Parts: sequence; structure tokens; C-alpha cells
Amino acid sequence: MTMAEPTESGRFGDFGGMYVPETLVPACQELDRAFREAWGDPAFRKELDHLLRTYAGRPSPLTECHRLGEELGCRILFKREDLNHTGSHKINNVLGQALLAKRMGKTRIVAETGAGQHGVASATAAALFGMECVVYMGTVDIERQKLNVFRMQLLGAEVRAAETGSQTLKDAVNEAMRYWVSAVEDTHYCLGSVMGPHPYPWMVREFHRVIGDEARKQCAELLDGGVPDYVVACVGGGSNAAGIFAGFADTGAQLIGAEPAGGAAVGRAVPGIVHGSKSYLMQDEWGQVLEAQSISAGLDYPGIGPEHAHLAASGRARYEPVTDEEVVEAFQLCSRTEGIIPALESAHALAWIAKMREEVAGKTILVNMSGRGDKDVNQMMDVLGS
Amino acid sequence: MTGAVETALRARIDSGGKCLVPYITGGLGDDWLDTVRAVASAGADVIEIGMPFSDPVMDGPTIQEANDRALEAGVTPQTILDDLRHADIGVPTAVMTYGNIAYHMGFERFANSLAAAGVSGCILPDIPLEEMGEWALAADEAGVETVMLAAPTAPDDRLPLIVERARGFVYGVGLLGITGVRSALAASAVEIAGRLKSVTDKPVLVGVGVGTPGQAVEVSQVSDGVVVGSAVVQRMLDHAGPEGVAALVGEFRAALDEA
Ligand SMILES: Cc1ncc(COP(=O)(O)O)c(C=O)c1O
Repeated sequence: MTMAEPTESGRFGDFGGMYVPETLVPACQELDRAFREAWGDPAFRKELDHLLRTYAGRPSPLTECHRLGEELGCRILFKREDLNHTGSHKINNVLGQALLAKRMGKTRIVAETGAGQHGVASATAAALFGMECVVYMGTVDIERQKLNVFRMQLLGAEVRAAETGSQTLKDAVNEAMRYWVSAVEDTHYCLGSVMGPHPYPWMVREFHRVIGDEARKQCAELLDGGVPDYVVACVGGGSNAAGIFAGFADTGAQLIGAEPAGGAAVGRAVPGIVHGSKSYLMQDEWGQVLEAQSISAGLDYPGIGPEHAHLAASGRARYEPVTDEEVVEAFQLCSRTEGIIPALESAHALAWIAKMREEVAGKTILVNMSGRGDKDVNQMMDVLGS
Repeated sequence: MTGAVETALRARIDSGGKCLVPYITGGLGDDWLDTVRAVASAGADVIEIGMPFSDPVMDGPTIQEANDRALEAGVTPQTILDDLRHADIGVPTAVMTYGNIAYHMGFERFANSLAAAGVSGCILPDIPLEEMGEWALAADEAGVETVMLAAPTAPDDRLPLIVERARGFVYGVGLLGITGVRSALAASAVEIAGRLKSVTDKPVLVGVGVGTPGQAVEVSQVSDGVVVGSAVVQRMLDHAGPEGVAALVGEFRAALDEA
């Protein structure tokens, strides 16, 4: 199987679609047209490529993690998205969307952010392109990711608190959508994951496909033309996972998405409609969306991108939960054995390996090291009580 | 077949009047049904009943707060429908909620539950035309009138498709934005009313950003009437009681009748 284009109505199997207020339908349709056109335009691809190389620092390296592998009894390769400019994979998508927004004549971008990584990346791209930038962030996340709030402000973005509901990522998405409804004529909504209405899940995955494409080549070099046995990534909305899976969906590699136990949308497998698409969604018996609970702000989301729901339903990928405790453990282990402090989000992928030690013994595992942990150090000081 | 919502609105229009559709958050306060009845007596033609959803992306702070309060008090779609089933309101009602509430219950079951509770219409603001098929089928089957929204951003060739699918009335979105009271009526309100009137004979009501009797009169010079949400709900949040809320609705009624 490959990760191909969605249907004309923006569907991956039963999932996806364009469930937005009428006000936004023309904007989504326009974005779909603009993205198709740009993605097929060699000049656009060349400009984005150039930015990814000279600004974001791509290609990101593939690092073999000998000591961690020894510790966990398997062969571990990190795709080093943590080494990108701004510290995570998020920059791939944001540069693509900002370039597209500029091409569409938009002068402002609005974004939501959880951990702040997507917000920082958006603020960065806005600074680079001379655009205005408004970022919504839940009040709870503003508190636990103070450093990123300040970074966004330094970069010239306006950070607005999402004070409703759980005051985390889901509420920041609500606020960003409300803002977009009000400012749709000159504003592009720079959505930070493979979620939302069509064309976002598809477009964001395509902007991150570079992760998987590079890794496929790098793995082939390292593994004598082979592919890893497993490709593992953490999943909030699922953008870093979609990007790396896209490079391996047509191989025999097992695709694994590590979900936070308190935000395991696929684990519960109940379909729902929120934030523009139909996908698996944590909800109560009446369809009210539940609040996710995760140590990692970037994964604190009750839904998952629709293509992941499809990959899960079709059996091509597995999505499995790891607990906050397992994540804290993995966070420390990786720091100690590899000299790489992972983002708490990325540590979920490592926690999955540690948890599944028996299953993966002796196997080769490619991990998407989606971001670096600098932003989490404050929080971890509290957690670890040092 | 013309449903109860459209029939009630047409009766008002045919008698030379302008339609008034207030929005009441379902389950907000123990006396919410009294409020609904009082509002009906004060001159509402149809009453929109908000069924709270956890993530109301089309709603501003006032209706969000009303949602949250109702949800915290344990209100569910079922409690609202149970309340409505036994209420003698006197005018038709239309439930406004978000797609997931209906989807989660199952479109068919939800549509049938509305009908069984005596609810005539339904508005699902995050189910646009393109995604409407499955719901529309279930709603038509159950005899529930699905009101369609039309926004200022819609290109001309989209409006005929929207009004074609609309039952009950066509809901013109008065501005680029979410629900909430604004200090002045946006120019887009009159504009969307005019654009819709030129493509349909169905009742055209404008809502979102219509918050004062004066604004209602202004837009109704072109539209067949208005939907008034946040201004009414704010009264409920302020604990004005059924009479207090009805008094505001009465002011809208009087202003529309005098104009
Ligand atoms: C480093 C890192 N990884 C992963 C994520 C989760 O996003 P996604 O599931 O879209 O990859 C975030 C989100 O903030 C992040 O900062």
C-alpha cells in the first residue's frame, strides 16, 4: 500500500472530509486548488527545497544509536528531526504552508500550538516571509511551555491564550478556527498537524514526506538496500508519523504510532467529527469531546489525523499507548545513553520500544526523533524533582 | 411537503411581518423551558434550541459560556429532548448543534429523536453542503427540516445549491465571524440577505451579529427576518429569568412590527 492522494472529497477510506462552517468552505476549496497547483509546479518545489536545505538544515541525518540499542536489545536508528532549525519536524510543514500562503496573497498566518513547537515554527516562517503571525495556545500549555511562548514573542508573533475548555491543544485549535472564520480573506490558517478539514491532512503529510523519503534512502545506504523492520513515531495529530510512514508504507516495515495513554484516540477506535474531519476521537457517550491527558503538551489531543485512522482500520499501521511514567523513563534513558535529550513527544516512540522489548528483540527500528527536549527541561526538573 | 418551521415563517411573511427566531441554550437553568414558552408568547415565530457541544467553533464567548454552564450542570442531548417532548411551546422549534452530536447518536436515530420530541428543524453549522448527504437523507426521512447556512464568502454559483437544499429557511450568516453581539450591523448582513433573496423564494433570515432591535430592523429591510442568539443568551446568563428574556424578545418583536 502507499500513502496516496485522498479522494476528491478528501477521504482516506471512511475518514477525513471537510466538516467546516460554511464560511470556511470556499477557503478550504481555494487552498486545495492552490496546493495542487503549487505542488505540481517545479518552481514552487525548487524554492521550498532550497529553503529546507539552506534555512531548515535538511537533509537531517540518520544516527545509529549503539548504546541505546544495546540497552534495549535491538538496533536503533534515529531520524534526526530534532536537528532542524527551531528544533522539530514542524518546520517542514510550516515553510511549505507559509510559502503557499504568500503565493496565495495572504498577509497573515494564524496557528494553534500545543508544545509551542508548531507555534515557534510558524512565528519563524512569518518572520522570514515578513508576514503577521497570531498563535493560539492553551493557558495550561502557556504555563508548561513558557520558554516557547517567549521565543514566539521574540520572533514577532502575537501569542493569545485559549482559555476555554481544557485549555490545551484542542481549545487552541477551536480558537484558531474561530479566528480564521473572522479573518479568512487575508489570513491563512497554518494548521500544525495532519488533521483538520481537507486539504490539510493530505497537504501537511506531503510537506512532511521529505522525512520519510530521506530516511528511506539513508536506511538503504546503511542497510544494504534494505528497510528497517519497524518505523516508530509518536502521534498527537500525527504529522511526524505521517511524514516518516510515507517513505515506508509500500515496504514490509511495520509502522507503529505511539500514543499517550491519556490521549489514545485510536486505542478507543470511536469515530467522530471535530475540527474539520471525521476520524477517531475520544468522546463521551453523547459525542462530547473528552480532554486528553498527557505529560507532553504536543500530544495532548483527543483526536488523530484521518489518514492514521484509515491506516489503523486497514491494519497497515498499529497505534499503541504508552504511559507518562514510561515516557519519563525513556526520556532519561535516551539522554544518558545517546547524549540526545529528546522532546517528550518523541520520547513516546522510545517508550514504545522499551515497552515492547520482547517483540522487537534483535530487530532494526527506525525512530522519528521528531524534536529536541530543550523546551521540556523546565518541566522535567519539576517532574524529576531536581 | 412544507414543514412546521417554514409554515410558521411563511405565515408571518404573508401577513406582511418580519420573522423573529430567538436562540435559547437548551438546559441552561432549571427554568429554561419556562423561558422558551415566555419567548414564544413574546412574539417568536420559531425558537432555535442550542444543544451544547464541547467544541462549538462557530460560537463566540457568550454561547460558549452558556454551553459550558449547561454541560457542567449535566445537560445532554437526551435531557433536552426529554424536556422538549413534554413542553407545550406553541411555536415550532429547531435544534442547533454540531455534527458530532448527531453523528455519534447515528444520523437516523438523531433525526428520529428530534421528530419524536416534537422538534421540527435542525441546524448543523459544521456540516456544510458537501458533507450533508447522509444527514439530509435521514432528516428528510424523519420529516426534520434542515436549515442551511449561507455565508458572505460563498461565490455566486454556490448560493443556488445551498438554497435548493435548505428546508425551513435559509440562514444567512451576517458577517465573517462567530456568534456574538457587535456594536453595529456589518454591511455583509444586508448584502448576503440581498444575494439570497435574489436566488430563492424560501424564507431568508439573517443571524450572527444581529444583537439589537435596531440591527434586526436594519437587516430585515432586505431579509425576511432575523435569528437572535447571543443577545438573548446573555440575558439568560445574567439570570434575567423567563420574563426578563421574554422582555428582550418583545423589544425585538415590537421594533420589527413597527418598522
Ligand atoms: C517534537 C514534537 N513531536 C511531535 C509532536 C506532535 O505532533 P504530530 O503528532 O503532528 O507529529 C509535537 C507537537 O507539538 C512536537 O513538538
